[in-house]
Amino acid sequence: MRRAVLELGAPVLLVAVTALVAGAVSQAHQLEFENALVMTAIVVALYVFVGNSGVISFGHVSFVAVGAYLAGVLTVDPQTKAFTMPGLFHVLGHSHIGTVPSLALAAAAGGIYALAVGLPLMRLSGLPAGIATFAVLGITYNVLYYWQKVGPTAQTLSDIPESGRWTLAAGTAVVVLAAYAYQRSRFGRMLRATREDPAAAGAAGISIYRQRLLGFTLSGALAGLAGGLYVHELGLITPDLFYLDLTFVTLAMLVFGGVGSIWGAVLGALVISAVNSFLGDAENTVHVGFRLTLPDGTRLVTIGAVMALVIILRPSGLTGGREFGWRRR
Amino acid sequence: VNWGQAIADAISLGALYGLVAVGIGLVFGVMRLINFAYGELITAGAYVLAYTSGWPAPLAILMCVAAVIALALAQERIAFRPLRRQGASPAAMLVATFAVSFLLQAIYLLAFGSRGQIVGTLGGLNTAFTIDGVDIRWIALVSTVTGAALLLATGALLNRTTIGLHVRAAAQDFRTARILGVRANRVIGLSFVVAGVLAAAVSVLYTVSNPLVQPQMGVPITIFALVGVVVGGLDRLWSAALGGFAVGFVYGMFGDLLSSQQSVYLPSVVYGAVILVLLVRPAGLFAPLRARQVERV
Repeated sequence: MRRAVLELGAPVLLVAVTALVAGAVSQAHQLEFENALVMTAIVVALYVFVGNSGVISFGHVSFVAVGAYLAGVLTVDPQTKAFTMPGLFHVLGHSHIGTVPSLALAAAAGGIYALAVGLPLMRLSGLPAGIATFAVLGITYNVLYYWQKVGPTAQTLSDIPESGRWTLAAGTAVVVLAAYAYQRSRFGRMLRATREDPAAAGAAGISIYRQRLLGFTLSGALAGLAGGLYVHELGLITPDLFYLDLTFVTLAMLVFGGVGSIWGAVLGALVISAVNSFLGDAENTVHVGFRLTLPDGTRLVTIGAVMALVIILRPSGLTGGREFGWRRR
Repeated sequence: VNWGQAIADAISLGALYGLVAVGIGLVFGVMRLINFAYGELITAGAYVLAYTSGWPAPLAILMCVAAVIALALAQERIAFRPLRRQGASPAAMLVATFAVSFLLQAIYLLAFGSRGQIVGTLGGLNTAFTIDGVDIRWIALVSTVTGAALLLATGALLNRTTIGLHVRAAAQDFRTARILGVRANRVIGLSFVVAGVLAAAVSVLYTVSNPLVQPQMGVPITIFALVGVVVGGLDRLWSAALGGFAVGFVYGMFGDLLSSQQSVYLPSVVYGAVILVLLVRPAGLFAPLRARQVERV
């Protein structure tokens, strides 16, 4: 019991602190903190599948994208939509719902999409699985970019109601809670058993396909929810937000923190976000005891170097794949 | 529609992607590592060409090859060897190559700017000659011939030399090969050198038709080739090469024949086909029918 409180309490507390600090800083920094919260939600959602199954997925940003577009399009005022996106499906064009229902729908859409994709793809593993999930991302991006019935295509979708930091933090906490509950459930344990030894897990009566599919679907639903949070954080979206860059950054955050634990996912997302934000400031001069001004472009180089170094020197990530705890187990 | 030219262009593009596929497949064979930063080798070569545009072509190409080999060896020595020593998981290795790719792109952006540089080294090859009324650009011929020659040379190196035998042994079973006296670092080093030479060749040939060099130019090349490699079958070099060729060929044909209006959903169709191939034949389209299946329990 005490262990569960610690393991769940530490990440949730960190999320709450991030939201708390976001209220105490300037407007520009508040955005950075809110962005860090959303990144945390996406990375934890990714962890639910990649961490527990050991199968890498390059496709999760598709589920984030579907959640984001649905939550975005449904919360924009129908009169605006009639003007900016006349080609929408009737139901998308004429509905108008609040933020919280839109998040629930985003999660549902992410889950359904993941289930549909997973039904065939979860038979694969290893590299073919990686490439196939990447192909799903390619299709999602391509369709969102050109299909006028589902969104504003290459245009920016704007005028989406923005949520406060506490809504974002609550949403992120829900993702962490769901991830933890799944991890401690028999299904989570079965999926991790298939990761450790597929043959032994199979011999013990576990269907690898079914457990992977379940993990993938839950992970997709959480990613959809995270996408909904993302769109309500930014207030606007374009398809380019949901492609290679986000895929790479979220995967790198996960590996950086440690693929094997929620604590690693949360820590990875928050630390990389913090470094990113600090370096962004430093390109416009910060005071750290002295005036520090970095040339433009150092941010990306440093982020890349930090991520590469940590992954190379410590492939198991900052946390070594352990959950938060006082003793090293 | 100019079929002759479309086919010539498609074949030359296929030859280029075949080279990239072999470069990726060679390193994968020995290290079980998909090097996502392979495209950045090509970009590096292209930048060298851009900055040596005024030099005599052979000298510029020599510089390009030397620089790309150096970068390939640096990637192996600095990034991938420590990972291999620690027995990192394949996922961590793959993400590490992502990180290296990201880092190199950021360095290119910082060093050379986002506006892009122009390569003029072999610009003369863009002129066309005519056979039976069909215009064929010289570069299409040069790419095809160079690609085929390099593939044959790589095959000869692997099949006719002792070190090539070592590479093949290591690709078959790395641990057993080491126990039998194959020196791991030499074999891996060699595969990176050969991969570097192939990448440099792609830099030279690719920039003739696409002279604008930008920090991210390597990414789509890597992705397309990778798709080709996996669809063709990773376990053998020739099936990887064939997969790369097929992707390049199809891409080249559609690029020439379809108008931009018609081709907007082309990526979806291609990716859909990729998924289908992987579901039906996870070991790859050109893998032998009785090939050992990819881990499926």
